[in-house]
Amino acid sequence: MAALTSRPCEQVSSLLRLTTAGSVDDGKSTLVGRLLHDTQSILVDQLAAVDRATRARGGVSLDLALLTDGLRAEREQGITIDVAYRYFATPTRKFVLADCPGHVQYTRNTVTGASTAELAVVLVDARNGLVEQTRRHLAVMAFLRVPHVVLAVNKMDLVDFDEPTFRRIESEFTAVASSLGVPDVMSVPVSALHGDNVATRSRHTGWYQGPTLLEHLEAVPAGREAVAEPMRFPVQLVLRPRTPEHPDYRGLAGRVASGVLKVGDDIVALPSGGRSTVVGIDTPDGPMPRAAAGQSITVLLRDEIDAGRGEVLAHPEQPPRVVTELDADLCWLAEAPLRAGARVLVKHGTRTVQALVTELTGRLDLHTLRPTEAPTALELNEIGGAQIRLAQPLAVDSYATDRHTGNFLVIDATNGNTLAAGLVGPAA
Amino acid sequence: MTAIMTAPVKLSTVETDYVAALESEAVHIIREVVAEFDRPVLLFSGGKDSAVLLHLALRAVYPAPLPFPLLHVDTGHNFPEVIAYRDRLVADLGLRLHVAAVQDWIDDGRLTERPDGTRNPLQTVPLLDTINEHHFDAIFGGGRRDEDRARAKERIVSLRDAFGGWDPRRQRPELWSLYNGRHTAGEHVRVFPLSNWTELDVWHYIARRGIPIPSIYYAHEREVFARDGMWLTAGEWGGPRHNERILTKSVRYRTVGDASCTGAVESTASTIDEVLAEVAASRITERGATRADDRLSEAAMEDRKREGYF
Repeated sequence: MAALTSRPCEQVSSLLRLTTAGSVDDGKSTLVGRLLHDTQSILVDQLAAVDRATRARGGVSLDLALLTDGLRAEREQGITIDVAYRYFATPTRKFVLADCPGHVQYTRNTVTGASTAELAVVLVDARNGLVEQTRRHLAVMAFLRVPHVVLAVNKMDLVDFDEPTFRRIESEFTAVASSLGVPDVMSVPVSALHGDNVATRSRHTGWYQGPTLLEHLEAVPAGREAVAEPMRFPVQLVLRPRTPEHPDYRGLAGRVASGVLKVGDDIVALPSGGRSTVVGIDTPDGPMPRAAAGQSITVLLRDEIDAGRGEVLAHPEQPPRVVTELDADLCWLAEAPLRAGARVLVKHGTRTVQALVTELTGRLDLHTLRPTEAPTALELNEIGGAQIRLAQPLAVDSYATDRHTGNFLVIDATNGNTLAAGLVGPAA
Repeated sequence: MTAIMTAPVKLSTVETDYVAALESEAVHIIREVVAEFDRPVLLFSGGKDSAVLLHLALRAVYPAPLPFPLLHVDTGHNFPEVIAYRDRLVADLGLRLHVAAVQDWIDDGRLTERPDGTRNPLQTVPLLDTINEHHFDAIFGGGRRDEDRARAKERIVSLRDAFGGWDPRRQRPELWSLYNGRHTAGEHVRVFPLSNWTELDVWHYIARRGIPIPSIYYAHEREVFARDGMWLTAGEWGGPRHNERILTKSVRYRTVGDASCTGAVESTASTIDEVLAEVAASRITERGATRADDRLSEAAMEDRKREGYF
């Protein structure tokens, strides 16, 4: 495990990307506001603006939700429409938080926030327990394989910080999560409004021995998964300066998607199949002996093989699959439903290819969380399976084994809109 | 050159690590756009965010030369130190620079001076006209999501219609690190590689890489007058008025924009370390402290973005 103790791993672990999900009125915006407030991430002029806005709407105590609802329509309707990104930091970590709306029709935003998240906070109102939206959100987190899920049972103050209430919700949530295959779940009783167990330990929950929400966010392991996976380096562009100082320079610019790449490694470029050896890893600060997942670098090869944009460099003993048929799961994000026969574009890594959806193979019922028979169409916000034929080959991994190289977009070839989030299925 | 150069500063491990992660993310974004677009351009105001953005762009293509030009939308209300910095940087690095001067649009009648004299809102038309004239299809900007509530909702690669307008309800979902920049004729994208950076991250990065910035970001003596709770610099474009008294103070700028509505803060921070300490301790946002135009209303930024502003 030497790879995990070296600098590249520490580099990603001091940044945690997380997302939030909850149904309407669970107090999600208040929780986010509380996290920002209690980490001193809200400055006095922002607080003054929230105070003015609270009073303008007839409120009395500071409405922290108004901090995060950024659009006019959101403030007017008192709902969150779009994903908002928030930043806060403690002495040990910087956090990038994708704050996602809870409405049913905005599941696509939850998908957006969850796609980059290493941790998801799912809110449940202590008075209501699990509702259908909770199950949906959990299903989306499981679908996108968010590695860590936190259940925040909110509004504990309104149930007199009653332990049996918390335990009942916790055990129901944990059961649903484990049936969906969520690997790591922890639960915390909170009152976002009053700050109990968010950043400071509550005086009212002596029966709770676990960490506060913020303590957990600071401690949860992050960034290790990507470094431990097989090496993948999608080539973004070829740098050929042709300047007097660098007449013959030919560098492959990209960002290591997963694993570790070292000088001296034998590599194969896929789909083209060319082989070579890494003779240098270049950065503007000078050469590096190795680079790990997340780092943007330039790779110098011994041979001039066909390895332009769209190729993936890998170690020959651990190559990705080169496919012209995708067995995939899709989360459909467009108003117009998907039907078999649709002609689309698939964008995977640094390659975009034409594609034909040949068959819809199933649908996930978000009420029962069970797969259904093959549907005739996949509607907005639905998750389902599809067979996709590709015009050119792609070098892919299963999403289940590599979250970073098993994902793709389905794009409308006519207007360029993003139609679906795609997950590469397991090898046949 | 020494006045604007700073020696790299050692940061703590935590800061080094996440700043490095933000740098790699930004370089990845810039490379995606260089690879997929025909005519990118980088908005360069001479402010610290655009200085960082330019530094990242140079890193992204190193050792190749920058394959796209810079664009400065010039309100005419400039700090001379910033223009000198801009011109020196462009000359030293051999960059191409387009200047869209608001004054030209006023002179030929395409724009009318506002009664309050501020020109920040007037930048949108010259920006869009220049984008159309040069057929720019990807416009890099230094906007950050921590700056404003509307900006918090912005995508990293954000589609603009033929009028440059931003429709927050029609934004494409942005998943993983796959950026969908497909657009039809007449449309373009705005690209914000610093989306996930905060003001403090920008300062950490400037310190770490020793990035040159205009001298007015450091404390200096300046003749200023108070208006709307800010220290504005005296100048031909609107100040001081008869009842506003000029004082000489030690100040520095936290943001650099149109000089008529960008305020200075009282400061004695004359080194990058002192600036970092001051920013880290500040209890007021940089826009709140220094931008009169953002105090107009709750939705000032959203409204300007809908009309095509950066």
